[in-house]
Amino acid sequence: MSAAKDMQQNLQSDVSEISAPLLDVVEQAMHDAVSRGGASSAEVDASLSQGSSMTVRLGEIETVEHNRDKSLSLTVYFGKKSGSASTSDMSAEAIKNTVDAACSIARLTAEDECGGLADAEQMATEFPDLDLWYPWNPDSDAARDIAQECEEVARNTGDAISNSEGATVSSHEGVGVYANTHGFCGTRYGTRHSLSCSVIASNGESMERDYWYSIARDRTDLQTAAEVGRIAGQRTLNRLGSRKITTCQTPVIYEAQVASSLLSHLISAISGGSLYRKSSFLLDHKGKKIFPDHINISEQPHLLKAIGSAAFDNEGVATRQRSIVRNGVLMDYVLDSFSARKLGMQTTGNAGGVHNLVIEPGDNDLPALMKRMGKGLLVTELIGFGINNVTGDYSRGAAGFWVENGEIQYPVSEITVAGNLRDMFRSFVEIGNDLDKRGNTITGSILIEQMTVAGE
Amino acid sequence: MSEIMQQARQRLLEPTALDERDLDRLMSQLMSNQVDYADIYFEYSRHETWSLEEGKVKSGSHNIDQGVGIRAISGEKTGFAYSDELVLPALEQAATTAKAIARSGANKQLPVAWTGASNKALYASIDPVTTLEDQAKVALLERVEAEARKQDARVSQVMAELSSVQDVVLVAASDGTLAADIRPLVRLNVTVIVEEKGRRERGSSGGGGRFGLSVFSDTDRALQYARDAVQQALVNLQAKAPAAGMMPVVLGHGWPGILLHEAIGHGLEGDFNRKGTSAFSGRIGEKVASDLCTVVDDATIPDRRGSLTIDDEGTAGQNTVLIENGILKGYMQDKMNARLMGMAATGNGRRESYSCLPMPRMTNTYMLAGQSDPEEIISSLDKGLYAVNFGGGQVDITSGKFVFTASEAYMVEGGKISYPVKGATLIGSGPEVLTQVSMVGNDLELDHGVGVCGKDGQSVPVGVGQPTLKIDELTVGGTEV
Repeated sequence: MSAAKDMQQNLQSDVSEISAPLLDVVEQAMHDAVSRGGASSAEVDASLSQGSSMTVRLGEIETVEHNRDKSLSLTVYFGKKSGSASTSDMSAEAIKNTVDAACSIARLTAEDECGGLADAEQMATEFPDLDLWYPWNPDSDAARDIAQECEEVARNTGDAISNSEGATVSSHEGVGVYANTHGFCGTRYGTRHSLSCSVIASNGESMERDYWYSIARDRTDLQTAAEVGRIAGQRTLNRLGSRKITTCQTPVIYEAQVASSLLSHLISAISGGSLYRKSSFLLDHKGKKIFPDHINISEQPHLLKAIGSAAFDNEGVATRQRSIVRNGVLMDYVLDSFSARKLGMQTTGNAGGVHNLVIEPGDNDLPALMKRMGKGLLVTELIGFGINNVTGDYSRGAAGFWVENGEIQYPVSEITVAGNLRDMFRSFVEIGNDLDKRGNTITGSILIEQMTVAGE
Repeated sequence: MSEIMQQARQRLLEPTALDERDLDRLMSQLMSNQVDYADIYFEYSRHETWSLEEGKVKSGSHNIDQGVGIRAISGEKTGFAYSDELVLPALEQAATTAKAIARSGANKQLPVAWTGASNKALYASIDPVTTLEDQAKVALLERVEAEARKQDARVSQVMAELSSVQDVVLVAASDGTLAADIRPLVRLNVTVIVEEKGRRERGSSGGGGRFGLSVFSDTDRALQYARDAVQQALVNLQAKAPAAGMMPVVLGHGWPGILLHEAIGHGLEGDFNRKGTSAFSGRIGEKVASDLCTVVDDATIPDRRGSLTIDDEGTAGQNTVLIENGILKGYMQDKMNARLMGMAATGNGRRESYSCLPMPRMTNTYMLAGQSDPEEIISSLDKGLYAVNFGGGQVDITSGKFVFTASEAYMVEGGKISYPVKGATLIGSGPEVLTQVSMVGNDLELDHGVGVCGKDGQSVPVGVGQPTLKIDELTVGGTEV
């Protein structure tokens, strides 16, 4: 597999130090699969991640966890038949056993014309530096100080804060190597640090809990400990004294951090797996209008420092910036090479999922969205899994605030919000400019024209 | 030495020549700081899956994961590290990292002799992966597909998956525990899509437990899952939009017991109650349910998905009464929370794998049978919802608010099942919902063995169950006002 090593990626020295043994393992496994196992093609992924996390609760250290995980996974193809296997053990013997396990499965599986590696011409050839590598590894005193400050600020936001689930500082770094028998070999790498805090407020009758977190590739981009603590404390206090509301149909605002879930339902409905299995409510909707004119949604895999950034997908296919919804029209699906072949299309570089899904924000912030809504429900938390991807039927538990005259009146809980995602998408009234950039989905708050709220 | 211990040692210790002296040495290294409790958890797990779609078994996968988790506890502090290399230097390094949580200076007694729980194994110490030839696994899935297709011409897609897991664990703890377990776990799932005049619906079913694959291949069980999945999808094809708001709800027996798991189970886990963060904190002895309700968490039922001969801390699995005739009786405990609360461990210390910390978790949680005839319960509904099957659920243990989502449900009018309704989420308050239970059936059933419980990012297999029961008032998240 000298071809694999010929591909040049400019890696920082500490990344190449970690990836070098992974490259050897990948090369060994691929060679073994082809020359000894007799596979006609193969793909191999080896990864290593390590890090630590520290939780402080009520001012004292509660847990310190250190993790270091490695994994080797491979898929072998005999023509159009395939088998997969993985292991946490990267010894020569374990690699051999893993190849054998995959080969013996492949011998028994049925052929699928659409199977196999992604097409060779789709492989990524450029590896832009996406600015994702900022190792931190705080020592335990440093981590403790940050967590302590964060929790203390949260606990001091109000007298009603009665208890705490603690504050956690965590730092992780991961490196992975993916290669296949087209000669593709790519290294992906990134760091991820976070600070989170959750506290409890009580009024003697009931308790409420809420939280806040900050996550970033570079620790200097994290919100400060005091900021995270203040928001966690304030959000918790705001929920105290929540009540049910009367069952009604009403406009609803999804606060940015829960609005991202609506876009994830969109992605699962336009993903290849759901489409070729005919288990999507957006089957055959490419080119059709599914949102109002003002909605634009794009995939931006090369955003610097972003959580979802990647130069290639899980099949080595180059990721690219593209429009998924333009002026309300569904422009493109989310496909890997297998589902693309099933649908008679081309892969969109989404083996393993989307990379930074971004909805174009409007001009107004959350308070302005509430003004526009006038009277309705602001949802800040969702629980449960009441989403039917086949029909679009949607029904989830919710908590948030009742809004009148554009102002928050009181907190609400023990209610559900329900509708059908097709109708909900068509009635996106406005997207806020209060973008939540912490996750793989970047969105502001979303105002929806009408949903059914069940309460008393 | 028990046969299980022998097998576990063969799998986990012998390949790298580790023995009891090494465990002694690691333990004394861990306890050289001011550590109250420490444990070393060895695990080997192997997982095989075969999947069928479009009429063919086109993919399969095989995974092996092994490693050692080392934990040191000092007061309420926990230090934790793990290694996926089963060699002494890696374990010594992990021990050094874990014990850094505590101040240096030894003051604790080391175990004099290792002892283990002596209860009888609740399941066979087999590797289910090898209980059926691979060809027979493929053929089984093909039979399941054929059975689903032949039920109805409207079946357009059938997806089926067969998975087998063997988990071998060995735990040594500073309290002298040395225990091992070999846990088989199998599961078969079927999902179908039906299509009629452009409308599509989904139905799914499945089951499994701690036994070999012959339970599927030698009985009608797997084929019944196929028929159930089709039946559910066809019902949903006729379903109308459900009403929204508060109404009486009758829950069917078996899997709807997810109610108990979400509404009260999580809230009765020891960690939340020690910290005072649960809506049930400090409420032992109080009335939290109607007199009709007795709820247990029972790890001791043979061959069940949630059953455990020993938990992941080496404590024997138990049958713990949580609520008796409506009175809150006890919590589910692991060793750490039991010690800090001055209670006994209840065999509920569980972890997803060696790379995760143990926590109090449920096993098989169910309500005991009552007196009522299920027919009589349904006919007592003037107007309400009868829900017989559910998807997942979730709870906020602090406020006590919980949800669970029906996947097959009917409107009942004048005591008679009127028409099927689309799935809806039901929401309630854990400490209140069981006080609304006015009828409990005589038809206790446990679920078929598909439950997965998530907590703090860790998944573990669990079971639930209940008889048919009636809740006088619950909020139904429908769309019709």
